[in-house]
Amino acid sequence: MTAAAHLLPGFADPVTDSQAVFRATLEALSRPGTVLEVPAALAPPAPLSPAAGAVLLTLADLDTPLWLAPGSGSEAVIEWLAFHCGCPRVADPGHAALAVAARPGGTLALDIFTPGSPTRPEGSTTLLLEVDDLAGGPPLTLAGPGIDGTARLAPAGLPEGFAESWRANRALFPQGIDVILTAGRHLAGLPRTTTLKEG
Amino acid sequence: MTMPAPTRASTPTSEGYNFAYLDEQTKRMIRRAILKAVAIPGYQVPFAGREMPLPYGWGTGGIQVTAAVIGPKDVLKVIDQGADDTTNAVSIRRFFARTAGVATTEATREATLIQTRHRIPELPLNERQILVYQVPIPEPLRWMEPRETETRKMHALEEYGVMHVKLYEDIARFGRIATSYNYPVRVDGRYLMSPSPTPKFDNPKMDRMAALQLFGAGREKRIYAVPPYTEVKSLDFDDHPFEVQSWDQPCALCGATDSYLDEVITDDRGGRMFVCSDTDHCRRRRDAQEEAAQ
Repeated sequence: MTAAAHLLPGFADPVTDSQAVFRATLEALSRPGTVLEVPAALAPPAPLSPAAGAVLLTLADLDTPLWLAPGSGSEAVIEWLAFHCGCPRVADPGHAALAVAARPGGTLALDIFTPGSPTRPEGSTTLLLEVDDLAGGPPLTLAGPGIDGTARLAPAGLPEGFAESWRANRALFPQGIDVILTAGRHLAGLPRTTTLKEG
Repeated sequence: MTMPAPTRASTPTSEGYNFAYLDEQTKRMIRRAILKAVAIPGYQVPFAGREMPLPYGWGTGGIQVTAAVIGPKDVLKVIDQGADDTTNAVSIRRFFARTAGVATTEATREATLIQTRHRIPELPLNERQILVYQVPIPEPLRWMEPRETETRKMHALEEYGVMHVKLYEDIARFGRIATSYNYPVRVDGRYLMSPSPTPKFDNPKMDRMAALQLFGAGREKRIYAVPPYTEVKSLDFDDHPFEVQSWDQPCALCGATDSYLDEVITDDRGGRMFVCSDTDHCRRRRDAQEEAAQ
């Protein structure tokens, strides 16, 4: 069997699907705490979730160096991204515009990614963090721009000590990484401006 | 007169263009810039602005942002100085009707996407709406410091004293802050931002607005954003607090006393009238009055 024969398809309609997924991502990052369903049918290769796959098809291309955390990218994922997005892969997360970390289980330091520079804070990494579920986990209270007062989010399967490393990330503002949490067909946004409180 | 329902383009959709004119690679680049802009409220994100089929100064930045955001289900409203029927607004609305085949409307409450030049609608916007501003000069410090390398550092170091000096010079010369449009604001207590040349009358509407606000500057190739419910504070002094314009007469057409009024010259003997600059707001009020009278 040739490589092309087992290559999974991308969006059925790349123009309207990527527009719809972008709007969901924009909504998620503009209104942290909101959980959105990805509005496009997609079955990316394992272990990539449909939500993470859809966001990558929408945002990744030859201008976005991508870093895949150990265990988050199979051979099939790498081939799929190379074919559909053509994004270069980097070994150093500090050089990544986009990064994917799948259910890290253990710990995931956020300071391995680039936070941008004081004069170019937009040069920071956007991390797609795959978790088990966006509901049913330990509750978090969110506050910051995009939130009317406070918002609640209870993701299950965040890396250990995430709230602590997020606090350090928040303190870097205007530098800092932005996170899109993905689970199955759902996503939620954590821009660098959001503060997290456990409970 | 009743409000027209959203209309599908009467002009046929143009052949040979991608949806909403821009190619997908360009849209991805603009979309990434928009997401970073939302994550850093008030900070100007550079983007590789494309040449558009209309001149700089006609809203090329706003159009590129709209083109990257708009989808087939959106209902688009375009205003120029508050009016839906001016040249700039009509041609941008027709541009998207032809290249994206989207529904367009003049009614603020029916729109999901509103592109604006120099006004914010009088009707409060809601969470389902996105407001896209056309911006000529995105850098509020530009008139004090012409070098981009320096203004970039001033933003990084939060070095905004020079803007207060400019406002103070107004007070020294005129006894009050005379800046009446493009009035500088601080976003979420951090970045100094130009609200684009909207009258300062509209500044309070930007504060904690339910809708997402996106700004596009085509010639200067910058995109910035204010997320929903974000504090937007107009600069001022304790003894010279920020205040908005007021008029000593109501709108000559609908009698509104709470809207931004345009002066209209009616003859060459000094005759003039004041009317709402927001044409949809004015028409809605007159319709309501007509209904009440019947």
